Amino acid sequence: MKETIAMLLAGGQGSRLYALTQTIAKPAVPYGGKYRIIDFPLSNCINSGIDTVGVLTQYQPLELNAYIGDGRPWDLDRLEGGVHVLSPYQKIEGSDWYRGTANAIYQNFGFIEKYNPEYVLILSGDHIYKMNYSKMVDLLKKTDASVVISVLEVPKEEASRFGIMNTDKDDVIIDFEEKPEFPKSNLASMGIYLFRWDVLNKYLEDDNNNPNSSNDFGKDVIPALLNTGKKLVAYRFEGYWKDVGTIDSLWEANMDLINPNVPFDIWADDWRIYCRNPGRPPQYVSNDAVIQNSIATAGSSIDGNVDFSVIFDGVEIHKNATVRDSIIMPGSIVEEGAEVHYSIIAEDVVIKKGAKVGERPENMDDIENWGVSVVAAGLTIGEGAFVRPKAMVYDSVGEGEEC
Amino acid sequence: MLTNKAMGLIFANMHSSSVGNMTAQRTMASLPFAGRYRLVDFCLSSFVRGGLREVGVIVKENYHSLMNHLGSGKEWDLSRKIAGLMVYPPFIGSLSGTVYHGKIAALYNVLPYIKESGSKHVVLADCDHVSNFNTAELVNNHIDNGADVTILCYEQQNKDEGGLNATSVLRDENGRVIDIDFNRPPKENYLVSMNIMVINRELLIELVEDAYSHRMIVLERDILQHHIKDLFINTVVYDGFVRRINSVQSYFTSSMSLLEPDNRKCLFDPLKPIYTKVNDDAPARYGIGCNVKNSLVADGCIIEGEIENCLLFRGAKVRSGSVLKNCIIMQDTVIEEGASLSYVIADKEVKIGKDRSLMGYESYPLYIQKGSVV
Repeated sequence: MKETIAMLLAGGQGSRLYALTQTIAKPAVPYGGKYRIIDFPLSNCINSGIDTVGVLTQYQPLELNAYIGDGRPWDLDRLEGGVHVLSPYQKIEGSDWYRGTANAIYQNFGFIEKYNPEYVLILSGDHIYKMNYSKMVDLLKKTDASVVISVLEVPKEEASRFGIMNTDKDDVIIDFEEKPEFPKSNLASMGIYLFRWDVLNKYLEDDNNNPNSSNDFGKDVIPALLNTGKKLVAYRFEGYWKDVGTIDSLWEANMDLINPNVPFDIWADDWRIYCRNPGRPPQYVSNDAVIQNSIATAGSSIDGNVDFSVIFDGVEIHKNATVRDSIIMPGSIVEEGAEVHYSIIAEDVVIKKGAKVGERPENMDDIENWGVSVVAAGLTIGEGAFVRPKAMVYDSVGEGEEC
Repeated sequence: MLTNKAMGLIFANMHSSSVGNMTAQRTMASLPFAGRYRLVDFCLSSFVRGGLREVGVIVKENYHSLMNHLGSGKEWDLSRKIAGLMVYPPFIGSLSGTVYHGKIAALYNVLPYIKESGSKHVVLADCDHVSNFNTAELVNNHIDNGADVTILCYEQQNKDEGGLNATSVLRDENGRVIDIDFNRPPKENYLVSMNIMVINRELLIELVEDAYSHRMIVLERDILQHHIKDLFINTVVYDGFVRRINSVQSYFTSSMSLLEPDNRKCLFDPLKPIYTKVNDDAPARYGIGCNVKNSLVADGCIIEGEIENCLLFRGAKVRSGSVLKNCIIMQDTVIEEGASLSYVIADKEVKIGKDRSLMGYESYPLYIQKGSVV
């Protein structure tokens, strides 16, 4: 028996990441020089003492399944418990995809029952943060709540983008509003729910029997709990937390790692973030290179100019190439004289000599047309080609062409 | 029963004394190299890629760091149900109660395990050579030529390596070894042994039992040289990147030779990966105002100062205003603001205080022992 087990919702398509999630699920998207988004909740689990995690996958699961493997990188290869990938499966009464977040958990009750836990932690695979989940467990015990929901104080003007929790003076949740036009508080739900297992069991059973439900935690289950007078308590999280569901937010979250003013430290020894290691030799910085304000990982080689950028493993930046304010994912090559500005370059892309991807905002006549450029995995940007700012490139660009 | 062509045996402590204090608290096999590896990784990785599924590591003393590094052998895919990785401490075998002296006694000590193995051949290796050799090719060559012993050799290009710990061999026109020479720079036409060889397992058992009962000590001298006429000792010549580490100085030059792209390409061929224990460091961080030239940097480093021709191991920190030239900085060592270092090898967890100035020379790098505070 386990006190707390975690269920990690990793089935989301991440459609607002467009070209980056064509063939991989959002939690498998590379982040921060050597990680994938899912490394954060998985590392948080093990660092919080949770050693049993079900990862619910549905959209493009191959790469994610291979990445998680036996869970060893996160110390989640356990005799009892450990990490398990849970895909939709066929049942005697037929087969069914996961319909909504609540339904995905409901379909895996069998997994939870096997461990018969006191508490079930519901996590999502789209956020970058370091958090000790055991504090939520402590709060639930202390307040005798049915559910503890993690919340973050957001600026008032941004509150209408989030699910907002209205609480009384003891942080007991009295009301929940999804993306309210006129928010009554600034406590945003982080999509992290700690349930008593018996409560989760009952409410998901009810939710499943309700034909009008969209089977979503935020939209259906939480309101149902509130309507029936269950005690829901908000856990106030303090620290760095970022939803990386859009191109801009993914770009920002990467840049936050190199910004000394952002209090997010992945170098600290007391809360390591684990990942499957690419196993490459150290990175090489040559005599021709100029690298500052950047992070880079094993196996990369830098001969060009790199500033305010995130360089993943195996990336090559050739002589006289310039990479600024950009993210270059594993195995990509920026050839001689090429320039990359404000861009996300996915895995195994080749940017040929003299090509230019992205633009600096200060060089724009009309700032409305400016934005982060994205090049999908495996493409080639031909010699002297130009990829416009804000472009979303799905196909290779020929020599001298503009896209 | 699963039978393999060959099993591997690694001598972890051989040549430890040649690098002075660098092995004060570790074996030669666990000497850190190339920013994130230990010498044993090169041998183990080659063994595993060459299909060996049974590898013994013979240790004698100071082996805590090596045990910690190897763990269950999982990182090298050697955590197996049958065979896999086995560490042999000195007090396990027929010599229990004494620490053996010499390779013959070391082998005699583990003979019961060698006898149990289902492999036809044994690959014996010391850890003093850094290379990315091909174990499969070596073993197949040994089998195809019907040799009793096959030694992996190279042509010593670098005269600086001298003769310490060198075993060199002279071959006749058929490649058969006709003379073995020890501890001096290789003579004309002699090839240097990489201290890696294949030998038929049953023959090894016989030779070791015989040599041990005659109180013989050195395998190369007392067995190979002794039997040079009645054994067919063959050679395989390795022509890739190889460096022998037989002094602090050669450790330094071997490390620095990795700043050459061609050497790295050969040693770190992506198709022939070198496996090692994973440390879970975050990416390396290059700070505002840092200046990095011609250097190898491992993950977890934080560089705010200036480095040129340096090799930084995992988690090394170079604070702003410090200047490092031609230095090797090992894991988790911190160089504080304003320090100035030249030709220094700082071992793990060293602290170099503010504004300190330390200087070795190209032919005599200054070595600072693990955990020192300067």
